[in-house]
Amino acid sequence: MIAPVVELRGVSRVFPAGDVSVTALVDADLVVEPGDYVAVVGPSGSGKSTMLNILGLLDRPTSGTYLLEGIDTSTLSEGQRAGLRSRRIGFVFQSFHLLSHRTVLENVLLATIYNRMPRSERLPAAEEALRRVGLGHRMDFLPTRLSGGERQRVAIARAIVTRPALLLADEPTGNLDSATGESVLAFFDELRNDGLTLIVVTHDDKVSQHAERQVRLRDGRIERAA
Amino acid sequence: MTEAAVGPVAPDPRPEVAPASMSARDLLSEAVAGIFSRPGRTVLTVLGTVLGIGALVATLGVAKTAGNQIVGRFDELAATSVVVTNEQGFFGGGGPRVRIPADAEERLMRLNGVTAAGSMGSVDVGGALVRSVPIPDPLAQTEFQMSIYAASPGLFDAVRATLRTGRWFDAGHSERGDRVAVLGPGAAQRLNIGRVDQQPVIFIGEDPFVVIGIIEGVLRQPSLLNGVVIPEGTARQLYDYESASTVQIDVQIGAASLIAEQAPIALNPNEPGLLRVQKPPEPEDLRRQVESDVNALFLVLGGVALLVGAIGIANVTLVSVLERVGEIGLRRALGAARRHIAAQFLVESTAMGLVGGVIGASLGVLVVVGISAARTWTPVLDPWVPLAAPLVGGVTGLLAGVYPALRAARLEPVEALRSG
Ligand SMILES: Nc1ncnc2c1ncn2[C@@H]1O[C@H](COP(=O)(O)OP(=O)(O)O)[C@@H](O)[C@H]1O
Ligand SMILES: [Mg+2]
Repeated sequence: MIAPVVELRGVSRVFPAGDVSVTALVDADLVVEPGDYVAVVGPSGSGKSTMLNILGLLDRPTSGTYLLEGIDTSTLSEGQRAGLRSRRIGFVFQSFHLLSHRTVLENVLLATIYNRMPRSERLPAAEEALRRVGLGHRMDFLPTRLSGGERQRVAIARAIVTRPALLLADEPTGNLDSATGESVLAFFDELRNDGLTLIVVTHDDKVSQHAERQVRLRDGRIERAA
Repeated sequence: MTEAAVGPVAPDPRPEVAPASMSARDLLSEAVAGIFSRPGRTVLTVLGTVLGIGALVATLGVAKTAGNQIVGRFDELAATSVVVTNEQGFFGGGGPRVRIPADAEERLMRLNGVTAAGSMGSVDVGGALVRSVPIPDPLAQTEFQMSIYAASPGLFDAVRATLRTGRWFDAGHSERGDRVAVLGPGAAQRLNIGRVDQQPVIFIGEDPFVVIGIIEGVLRQPSLLNGVVIPEGTARQLYDYESASTVQIDVQIGAASLIAEQAPIALNPNEPGLLRVQKPPEPEDLRRQVESDVNALFLVLGGVALLVGAIGIANVTLVSVLERVGEIGLRRALGAARRHIAAQFLVESTAMGLVGGVIGASLGVLVVVGISAARTWTPVLDPWVPLAAPLVGGVTGLLAGVYPALRAARLEPVEALRSG
C-alpha cells in the first residue's frame, strides 16, 4: 500500500503574539492521496497559509503529527526537512518570487542546485520544464520583461523541474487577472492529469472549482472535507 | 553498538532522509551571480578593501625599498671599517692601557676578511717643535707644535690614504729605525714642503727626518692630515714609543661583524675584552630599523583603511541580506538549509574581499614601482606581500560577512517569504 502523500493528525499551530497567543490552526486532520488535487479555501485569516507552510515543511506544527509520504516529519532535522523540500515539494507563490537579476532559465535552474540533481541533467530538465509551461521561447528573458501570467508560469516550471511528489500553491492566481489566472489553473489541471499531487490555497471559489476536493477552513478549523 | 549489550537502546527514530546538500561549485557560482547582480554596488563595496590592502602593500613595499636604498647608499667606507683602540672606557681612566702588540698588523692580516690593517699612535716627543729649516728664523714662524704619529706600514692602505708625492714607508724603514717621515698635507703646507724629490729634511726637536712622501688625503683617521707620520720602529728607538693606541682595519663588505669579534682576540688573546672595538652598524639592523620606522606608521594607516573596508563589506552585505529577504525565503523553500544561506553570503563577502585584495595588491605594487621610478630607486618587495595581500582581503571579507550571514541564516523562511 502506498502511503498518502500528506497525512495530518490533530495538527495545531499556535503563534505566540505578546500576552495572547493566536491559534491559527486547530486540530487539523487531513489525508491527501497521490494524484489528489485539493483546494484549501476559506476567508482571509482562516489559517490557509499556516496550513500550507506546515505542509511545505517551512513551519512546524505546535502539536500533532505530519506525515509526508509516510515519514514522520517531526523527527527530522532542519537539514533533512530542507532536503525533503528540495526533492519532494514544489512551491508556487502568489508573488512569484523570481530573482529579477536572473534569466528565466536561471530562475528555473535555481531549484536544481539544492536538489542533488546531476549537473548534466539540470539544463535539459529546466528547458523541458519551461517548454512544458509554454515558455521555451523566453528562456533568456529577464523576469522583468514578462507579463504576470508568464512570470507565474516560470515559477511553476521552477516548482516542477525537480519532479516533486507534491505541488503547493498559495493564492497562485492572486496577482493575476481572471483570464491569466484561468490559464494557470488550466495548467494545474494538466499537471494533475499527469499524476502530480496538488494542494492549492485560495479564497476564490472559482479557483477551487478546479480541484476535485475542497477543504474549507474557518478560524483555523477544518469545516468540511468534501 | 556496544550499548546493545548493556541494555535496550532507543532506536533512532529519524528515518533515512538525506539532508539538503549543495555542491561547492554551485555555492561559488551563486555567490558570483549575487556579486554581479549589482556590479556598481559591488565596486563601491570593494573599494574600501582595495584602499586598505593597497595601502598595506604600498607601505610594506616602500618601506622595504627605502630601507634597501639606505643600505645601498650606506657608506661603503663605514661598512668596511673596524677600529680597535686601547683607550680606557669612560670610567676606566687611570688604569693601565693594554699594549697593542708590535706585530698587530701581521696578526690581523691572517684573519679571513681583512683586506688591510695598520696601527697608529701618538708619539710623545716631549714637547719638541717641528721645523723644516736647520736654524730657526727669528723673523718668521718656522717652528710648529705638531702631532707626531707612529704608524705601521699597513696603515696607509687601512686608512685608504692617497699620496700627493713620494712614497709611504715600509717594514724595512721600521725595522732599521730609519729616520723618515711622511707628512700630512696640513703639516706639509705649514712646513712649506711641496716636493720630496730633493729629499727635504725636517727636524723634530733636534732629530732630522727625511721626508719621503706627502699625503694627499685619507678616508679614515683624518687626524693624520695635520700630523707627521714616522715608522713605529723609529718611534720605539728614538722616543720610547710603547704601543699603538689605534688599530685601523679595512675589511671586506659583510665581514665587519666577524672581524670585530676576532680582532681583539687576535691582538690580546688573554684579555680581549680590554680592547674597545668600533664597528659599523649592521646593514640588516639599519634596514630593519628604517623599515620598522616607516612600517609602524603606515601599517597602522593601512590597518585602519582595511578596517574601514571590512566595515564597508559588512555594511553592504548586511544591506544586501535585508534587501534579499525574499530571495532567502525562496531559497529556503527550494531546499536550502540555513548553512547554505550563511555560506552563500560568506562566500560573497569573502569573494568581494578577495577581489579587493587582488586589486589592492596590484595597485600597491604599482605605487611602489611608481615611487621607485620617480626616485630612481630599485623597487624591492617581499614576494609574500603581494601573495598574502589577497588572502588578507579574503579573510577581511570573510570576517565582515559573518554577522550578515548569521542574520540571513537566522531568518524564518515563512517570514522571509512573506516580507520578500
Ligand atoms: N507569525 C505569526 N505570528 C502571529 N500570528 C500569525 C502569524 N502568522 C499567521 N498568524 C495569524 O494566524 C492567522 C491565520 O493566518 P494565515 O494562515 O496567514 O491566514 P490565511 O492565509 O488564511 O489568510 C491569522 O489570524 C494571522 O494573523
Ligand atoms: Mg494567506
